[in-house]
Amino acid sequence: MQITCLINNREVVQEIEPDLVLVDFVRSLGFKSVKQGCDTTNCGLCTVWVDEKPVLSCAVLAARVDGKKVTTLEGLEDEAREVGQFLASQGSEQCGFCSPGLIMNILAMKTEFENPTTDQIKQYLAGNLCRCSGYEGQLRAIKGYFQWQRNGVADEIG
Amino acid sequence: MFRLKDYICVQSLEQGYELLTRDKDNVILGGLLWMRMGRKNYHTGIDLSCLGLNQILETDDTIEIGCMTTLRQMETSPLLNQWFGPLFSDAFKPIVGVQFRNLATLGGSVYSQFGFSDVITAFMALETQVQLYQKGLVLLDNFLSMPRSKDILEKIVIRKRAIKTSYQSRRMSATDFPVLSVATSFCDEKWKISIGARPNKASLAVTSAGLLSPEPDADLIGVACDSVVKEISFGSNLRGSRAYREILAKVLVKRGIQEICR
Repeated sequence: MQITCLINNREVVQEIEPDLVLVDFVRSLGFKSVKQGCDTTNCGLCTVWVDEKPVLSCAVLAARVDGKKVTTLEGLEDEAREVGQFLASQGSEQCGFCSPGLIMNILAMKTEFENPTTDQIKQYLAGNLCRCSGYEGQLRAIKGYFQWQRNGVADEIG
Repeated sequence: MFRLKDYICVQSLEQGYELLTRDKDNVILGGLLWMRMGRKNYHTGIDLSCLGLNQILETDDTIEIGCMTTLRQMETSPLLNQWFGPLFSDAFKPIVGVQFRNLATLGGSVYSQFGFSDVITAFMALETQVQLYQKGLVLLDNFLSMPRSKDILEKIVIRKRAIKTSYQSRRMSATDFPVLSVATSFCDEKWKISIGARPNKASLAVTSAGLLSPEPDADLIGVACDSVVKEISFGSNLRGSRAYREILAKVLVKRGIQEICR
């Protein structure tokens, strides 16, 4: 079957198998920021946006994005770099394997919250697992990022 | 991961039902989050996404939620919050993560009748009916006890009432399946207590709820909590033993009633 979609604002027309999942589809097109982690819809590594909403691409049939807009980390390079700097400054990127999915979800959270509380951050990012950092550094980085977004400075980053 | 030979985004429920019943290996596609864990070979995957069934609508007497509505839509819906308080928000927030709940659909969650379902537990505490394409409108309670057959869950219909609700659950870790879940409601001087993840599918503790007065004191709440473990059957699985669930049930039911009374 053939689908047409926008990936990072570029039109893609592709023949696909009916049971191809989105993570495999976008990776086959070179968007390698999208990682396959748990393969059980729990870890958040494969997070992409479909029509601006964060979803687990391992559980989306590529057929279902026909006519839709898909965004991966490659399409948010500048914003991702900014978040990445905050993560790095807190030593919370470590192995870095979860970072693309985490950053996609942080940026999704930014579209819903201008100034999220600690609880809101924890709840929103509960579906992004990290096995290196223990989350505290991530939390500091995220708070710093949002503070910097609002005020242009961030206490946590110094 | 399951396999599909064909995928069709149907243009009507009639077309969907015709396809569904044409071949035993044809299947309705919900959010796919549970289905993708299996390795079954299906023939045609039937997608209802093109039918506009992803909306929460208000009529004079009811709220109607289409089968393709996501858990995240319900969790964040001002309309549902206005009528049913934080019930859906509290019930759905612990389910994995936002990305997961942006995919999980109402239809997939209810039609599959999962024992661990927070979704069914929450809906059981309201006056909820299920609109099936073939069998028509049936009470959720009845739907859960009906023999399984090939049908399409089109929407959920909830009667609008002035209602107070509470949702309580216990999990081994924040985003895990519940060890036990309890939804409690109070409407028209009557209580409803729904117990889920027993680990079997959710069930109403009708007799126990009937023991409660509109403003029960601590003793009466204690009597109702004791009654719940006699009325409802609990079981054991990897997440908890029957004995543990019975203790939890008393605690969560008590908290639910107290929260509503507050």
